[in-house]
Amino acid sequence: MPVLVYAESDQGTIKKIAQELISYGRGIADQLGTTLTVAVMTDASAQNLAQYGAQNILNIEHEVLNTFSADTYAAAIAQAATSINADVVLVSSSANSRYLAPMIAVALDAAYVPNSTQLPVSTTPFRIKHSVYTNKAEAITEMTSPVKLIGLSKNAYGAHSFEGSVHTTNFTPELSTSKCRVTATDRATDKVTIADAEIVVSAGRGLKGPEHWHLIEDLANVLGAATACSKPVSDLGWRPHSEHVGQTGKPVASNLYIAIGISGAIQHLAGVNSSKVKVVINTDPEAPFFKAADYGIVGDAFDIVPQLIEKLKQFKALNA
Amino acid sequence: MNILVCISHVPDTTSKINFTDNDTKFDQNGVQYVINPNDEFGLTRSLWFKEQQGAVVHVVTVGGAECEPTLRKALAIGADEAIRVAIPATDGLVVAKALAQVVQQGHYDLVIAGRESLDYNGGMVPGMLAQLTGFAFVNTCIKLDIDGNQGVAVREIDGGKETIAVTLPLVIGGQKGLVEESDLRIPNMRGIMQARSKPLHVKEMSAAAATAQTISFEKPAPKEAVTLVDTVDELIDLLHKEAKVI
Ligand SMILES: Cc1cc2nc3c(=O)[nH]c(=O)nc-3n(C[C@H](O)[C@H](O)[C@H](O)COP(=O)(O)OP(=O)(O)OC[C@H]3O[C@@H](n4cnc5c(N)ncnc54)[C@H](O)[C@@H]3O)c2cc1C
Repeated sequence: MPVLVYAESDQGTIKKIAQELISYGRGIADQLGTTLTVAVMTDASAQNLAQYGAQNILNIEHEVLNTFSADTYAAAIAQAATSINADVVLVSSSANSRYLAPMIAVALDAAYVPNSTQLPVSTTPFRIKHSVYTNKAEAITEMTSPVKLIGLSKNAYGAHSFEGSVHTTNFTPELSTSKCRVTATDRATDKVTIADAEIVVSAGRGLKGPEHWHLIEDLANVLGAATACSKPVSDLGWRPHSEHVGQTGKPVASNLYIAIGISGAIQHLAGVNSSKVKVVINTDPEAPFFKAADYGIVGDAFDIVPQLIEKLKQFKALNA
Repeated sequence: MNILVCISHVPDTTSKINFTDNDTKFDQNGVQYVINPNDEFGLTRSLWFKEQQGAVVHVVTVGGAECEPTLRKALAIGADEAIRVAIPATDGLVVAKALAQVVQQGHYDLVIAGRESLDYNGGMVPGMLAQLTGFAFVNTCIKLDIDGNQGVAVREIDGGKETIAVTLPLVIGGQKGLVEESDLRIPNMRGIMQARSKPLHVKEMSAAAATAQTISFEKPAPKEAVTLVDTVDELIDLLHKEAKVI
């Protein structure tokens, strides 16, 4: 009864979020005394997955899978799970995995718990700890279905390193074409996404207007970071909606989150507080964000951010 | 076109989250309940279809009588009829299975749900419902137009968006973008009066067995105090040497 991980890739490269998921899957497999199988969609880079903990690879092949569709991918993963009798199936918390996971759950009649934050607290009974109330709390949930589907929160476990080799098998599912036909994709390939970024630089109403965002972009460039904003900033049209983070926007779970001119309202914090390290730059020492931050500077963004950009450039030049 | 809007009744976003009964139950004390924000964007879009394209809009929730004020609010904003499925909303799969019965009985062409609810954050019900009913499914939907039985939806993806052509019946997991923040409606007096006489059906059914049950809750440990620094040099040094994030 192996554990099955669905490892996502992007243009032939296994995503970072998938490396972490593989290590997590290996952790669960070890806990259960079973092996880990990693399902990939026709991927050449799959061979080096042993370093993250993969023991077997199931290479899923079908021409329908050349482009992503949640329904066809979900069907393929569910069939793959059945083919190896997997009783624990794991997915990441990427937008695509969140899209397809509920469909896998129905196909396998599996209980589904997303946002898991660590290895199962116990395996008999099978109990998972996961975040709820937009990171304001955690819950322990007992799963009793024969097949269990778990989604891992980003950056909650980290990739671990393993030695060993993998055994690869090909698997061809039975699929029909998707009910959804993608007619256009609009995706900036030269920018780091909030979902993938290690560092996110975010700004709020304290920046006063869209004309000052070059400061945020320059800072993000030096750090190789994604840019984000508070909700009012996107509501005012200063920045696109896709940059809105928080409880009603995108979640952020980066290693470093830098908040500039953001007050730290409860709805904002809820969406960003699973980032590992938070830095706040704000003129108001009483801004609630300081209570949730690790490091802070009380000061004017228009004064601090240009200095930060310059000093970071020097730092990068020295540490390159 | 018959539209079913799935509404989740959730604590207001400013709520302090606490637990009672030995950390096994959510503490409702002092908590205000609202229409789940993601659902509210979808509900507002459904009213556009009603007003511009003659759609009929039903709203549904799964849960106890305490959810009825939230359904009445949806009626006051403009939905035609409301349904409450009178079973406890124990886990996502149980809720989705109950909703699938409502969808099959009601001959809906379009089901609008929210990308996720702000309490459980499962993001499971829309996708499960689509899979159970065999409807097409578009998640993180930020734009939707319908012409006859053809839909064009825009889905938010990591780093951008994609446009999807789809044939009804369809389930979407909606969010902000379906309508703008400024399009959201506050019930007016006339709406509230009318809502009183609109039908609110209570549907009894037997719930599927729950296979995911929450045993207990925990709040995160209080955070250590922030380290305040005066200069960017100190900040860079700490981020490099102590936090090791740059
Ligand atoms: C249902 C609901 C959902 C919501 N969801 C979200 C969400 O998902 N995400 C979100 O962000 N918000 C959300 N909000 C809004 C939230 O309540 C706050 O209003 C919002 O986060 C505030 O944004 P802000 O910090 O940019 O602006 P403000 O609260 O106006 O704060 C601006 C900050 O900038 C500081 N400042 C001013 N000038 C300078 C300067 N020169 N240098 C440095 N600092 C300066 C000020 O001291 C202040 O702290 C939601 C609200 C509701 C009701």
